[in-house]
Amino acid sequence: MTITEQEPATAAVPRGASREGLIFEHSRPGRRGYRLPPLDVREQKDLLPRGLMREAIADEVEVSEVDVIRHFTRLSKLNVSIDAGLYPLGSCTMKHNPRLNEEMARTPGFALSHPLQPDHQVQGDLELIWTLEQTLKAIFGMPRVTLQPVAGAHGELTGILMIHKALSRTGNPRKYILIPDSAHGTNPASAAFAGYEIRELKSNSRGTVDLEALEQAVDKDVAALMLTVPNTLGVFESDIRKMAEILHGQGAYLYCDGANLNAFVGIARPGDMGIDVMHSNLHKTFSTPHGGGGPGAGPVGVSERLVPFLPAPTVERRTDGSFYLEFHRPDSIGRMRAFNGNFGVLLRALTYIRSMGPDGLRRIAQIAVLNANYIRARLKGTYHLPYEAPSLHEVVFSDRNQTAHDVHTLDIAKRLMDYGFHPPTIYFPLIVSGALMIEPTESEPKEELDAFCEAMLAIARECAERPELVRSAPHTTPVRRLDEARAARQPVLRWRR
Amino acid sequence: MLAVIGVDSIDRLFESIPKDVQLDTPLDIPGPWSEIEARRYFRGLAAKNKTAADHVSFLGGGAYAHSQPACVDQLLLRAEFLTSYTPYQPEVSQGTLQSIFEYQTHQCLLTGLDVANASLYDGSTALCEAVLLAERVVKNRTKVIIAKSVHPHYTETVRTYVQNLGLEIVEVGWTSDGRVDLEALRKACTGGVFAVAVQSPNFLGVLEDYDAVAEVANTIGAVKIAVVAEATSFGIVTPPGEHGFDVCVGEGQAWGIPPSFGGPYVGFMVVRDALKRHMPGRLVGETVDVDGRRAYVLTLATREQHIRRGKATSNICTNEALIALAANIYLSLMGKEGLREVAMHCLQKAAYLRDRLQTISTVTIAFRGPVYNEFVYRTPFPAREILLDLEHQKILGGLPLGEFYPGHDNEILVAVTELHSREQLDQYAKALSAAVARGRR
Amino acid sequence: MTPEDSRYAKSHEYVHVEGDIGTIGITDYAQKELGDVVFVELPQVGTEIEQGDEMGSIESVKAVSELFAPVSGEVVEVNEALADKPELVNTDPYGDGWMIKVKMSAAADEIEELMTADDYEDYIRAESGR
Repeated sequence: MTITEQEPATAAVPRGASREGLIFEHSRPGRRGYRLPPLDVREQKDLLPRGLMREAIADEVEVSEVDVIRHFTRLSKLNVSIDAGLYPLGSCTMKHNPRLNEEMARTPGFALSHPLQPDHQVQGDLELIWTLEQTLKAIFGMPRVTLQPVAGAHGELTGILMIHKALSRTGNPRKYILIPDSAHGTNPASAAFAGYEIRELKSNSRGTVDLEALEQAVDKDVAALMLTVPNTLGVFESDIRKMAEILHGQGAYLYCDGANLNAFVGIARPGDMGIDVMHSNLHKTFSTPHGGGGPGAGPVGVSERLVPFLPAPTVERRTDGSFYLEFHRPDSIGRMRAFNGNFGVLLRALTYIRSMGPDGLRRIAQIAVLNANYIRARLKGTYHLPYEAPSLHEVVFSDRNQTAHDVHTLDIAKRLMDYGFHPPTIYFPLIVSGALMIEPTESEPKEELDAFCEAMLAIARECAERPELVRSAPHTTPVRRLDEARAARQPVLRWRR
Repeated sequence: MLAVIGVDSIDRLFESIPKDVQLDTPLDIPGPWSEIEARRYFRGLAAKNKTAADHVSFLGGGAYAHSQPACVDQLLLRAEFLTSYTPYQPEVSQGTLQSIFEYQTHQCLLTGLDVANASLYDGSTALCEAVLLAERVVKNRTKVIIAKSVHPHYTETVRTYVQNLGLEIVEVGWTSDGRVDLEALRKACTGGVFAVAVQSPNFLGVLEDYDAVAEVANTIGAVKIAVVAEATSFGIVTPPGEHGFDVCVGEGQAWGIPPSFGGPYVGFMVVRDALKRHMPGRLVGETVDVDGRRAYVLTLATREQHIRRGKATSNICTNEALIALAANIYLSLMGKEGLREVAMHCLQKAAYLRDRLQTISTVTIAFRGPVYNEFVYRTPFPAREILLDLEHQKILGGLPLGEFYPGHDNEILVAVTELHSREQLDQYAKALSAAVARGRR
Repeated sequence: MTPEDSRYAKSHEYVHVEGDIGTIGITDYAQKELGDVVFVELPQVGTEIEQGDEMGSIESVKAVSELFAPVSGEVVEVNEALADKPELVNTDPYGDGWMIKVKMSAAADEIEELMTADDYEDYIRAESGR
């Protein structure tokens, strides 16, 4: 059932952006958007058994190229995007997506290469994957990196499966993964997928892992600790080397969720911190575009003792300089996906890293941290800072100062849209009630940071002086607050005629 | 800015990172490169490939060369699509959300099932998710039957995913017509089986008898999973939803996505309505805003990792949204007539090539079952040798089946699409004829 | 106001006893914390449940919570109205928003372990003060 019948846009109805109908509603019999050459072989009947032959799908669209271009162009105008301005989403690292990456990815020799071609036909592709691995090895400070996983969560699963297999080799895969209560939801979800149970580790009053609590929690049933570095408050776990010692002392592993690598890329290397396995997000730190929710890539770096368990195949180089796929890896956890990973994303990331160079990478972290601390300094008098510990590339505030006026984080986020900004991450991490997680990244010039801070300060004033305005925000967006309960109670998940 | 923060240098901001861990020299990596240097390097790399850019390609096996309409990339590169984030804030993301809602609708129309999600990583992980969904739904059983003719990479990936979960994969082979062995399937369908998965067209190119498979699976109440790796086949082959299947998963790459050495691609999953709360991935639903305007929003999010955490239906977060958008635009452009026409071309041109190849002496078609746009042929010679010969004639002739199934070393899997002209098909037949003749000497 | 004639679990379920049948649902405090309820998953008639075991779940737009059995016994009735109108849990948690009826197997021992209305009100005062 459709909830509302949208009237067709006529001259009499003001054509606001929000009146763009569904493509199915634009459909008119006989319209075509694409033409094929005429069939140049004789058409044979009865190639398919009767029960398998399908006629044209009755409800499918009939639209022209003009219809399609107009429709999607209008839809696009309903979105905000990083190209249009700051997107201060904590833990998402919404940095600028350089267009050179897009051009390189579309090079025909890459775009048209097929994943199952024999090695000698795809030396360019294999060399690219191998080269990116060498580069990430240097950045991570780890002996090997797999490029198969296609997202952070996919990388997490890869890493935990490797830990499981490594421990199984000693005779006991163990039962538990320790996860701080500040962790991203994919951490426990991935651990559960890998067959482990989760034990939550409570953060201390600084928002970091308490060493004593860790020591008590790590026993011979614990396989690993999954740690985000810096954590989801933007705070670096300064005791990380000691944590690694505690874990290693019990034969357990240290997994690092590298989503926040933007905070220290080029400044320090995870491999030097005692980390055994780490995933990174190319669509965060390494600038590949978010595209509304993917594609991504989640390469996983490993320490020496986990190398045998890497997903197969790996890309290797012979002494004569040629490259090949190595399938014979008897201790591998297996393949994480068909084919070779998100090659197009790998290509974009390598383009970016080469464009930056070693000093550029270091500068990324420096400016990202500078920008986040600037915002922290400008807002901390007005918004409540739940943890005093120093922030690196992201800062977390809470709505405590505003709840006094019965205005909450959700309202502040919605009101920010009226000021032209996408809101920060809200209600995460869970350890902060009413969390507002702000990560500006290094792409933002000072003027943009100041505009954002001015908006946040203005909203704080509105909370005190005109709270109803904030509570009923947004006012200027294409649609206003949605009835999400209705969407979940009576789910309408597709159009029907 | 430093003054506002209250420090005298940026280095002070990094004091929380232990000094002995901070690098004192820059990383040992090349760069920085200008655009000019970058282009030189990457074009040089690409030139080391031999691809469909400079050969005529007949490669399939789960990744297909179809036409990408010019509109797709132009729209994809719009900043508001390319550089936007996951639509958690619906008021400023209606473009993405409405587009996903439309794409969900297309997937339902194509598969004949009720509820589709926004995307999964690819066909292989989509099958993994389907297997895990089935296990959740049919509790207390531990076996899943996967036909041997399901893409071998997909089955390998499922093996990886279930390795610690106490689940067992049972494989069922094929008969001489290339279809799943129904007798063997019947025998394998015991009480402990929670799902049956077949692919159609399967890895051998052959179309399965969905009804017969469904009937067997129903005897034990197993979840019926259909896998589709060649998504254009929906244009002319009746969909699994019309044959009683519960779940359809697969790969959307054939909807105009470049092969790109294996990714990024886009997995899909569509299920019966009763299973929707078990679905992994993002779902977009329709609702209204405070002013009564129709609008779209991520919904049923309590299944997902950011809320359910350890008990989520999946760990998926980032998916393949932009590729799904490309597929969505493709499906809209093709539309009702175009989808059928593309599929008809594929079907007819593959039949034409099959007929031509059969006229070459000593070349035989390996399986008798009906096919869509891919089939296996056999010569007296190792596939690798034939394919090398074809490569020298500037043809990427297909995939050696023996690389996927031991004991099939003389068989080649060849794929045909609407991109192939009749001349190119004739060229293939001629080239193969010459290769076989050379082999005999 | 918390009904005097029921008993309460720490996990915010209540049980209202009549003879050997216990009517179970979630409290007003719990429905407020959850927000707009969108879906309730309940055990089927005939299921045996044990005190403290997970017996289902309740979803709102932004959260999902497990339901825990406050008493042991056999499920004899399930509130079918919640399938179409889950919001009854919000509007009338102690009345039309009831979830299941259970034929209790160990009422005498188990009921004493649950909180009275007064104890429950103290309990939630302490919880929300955090």
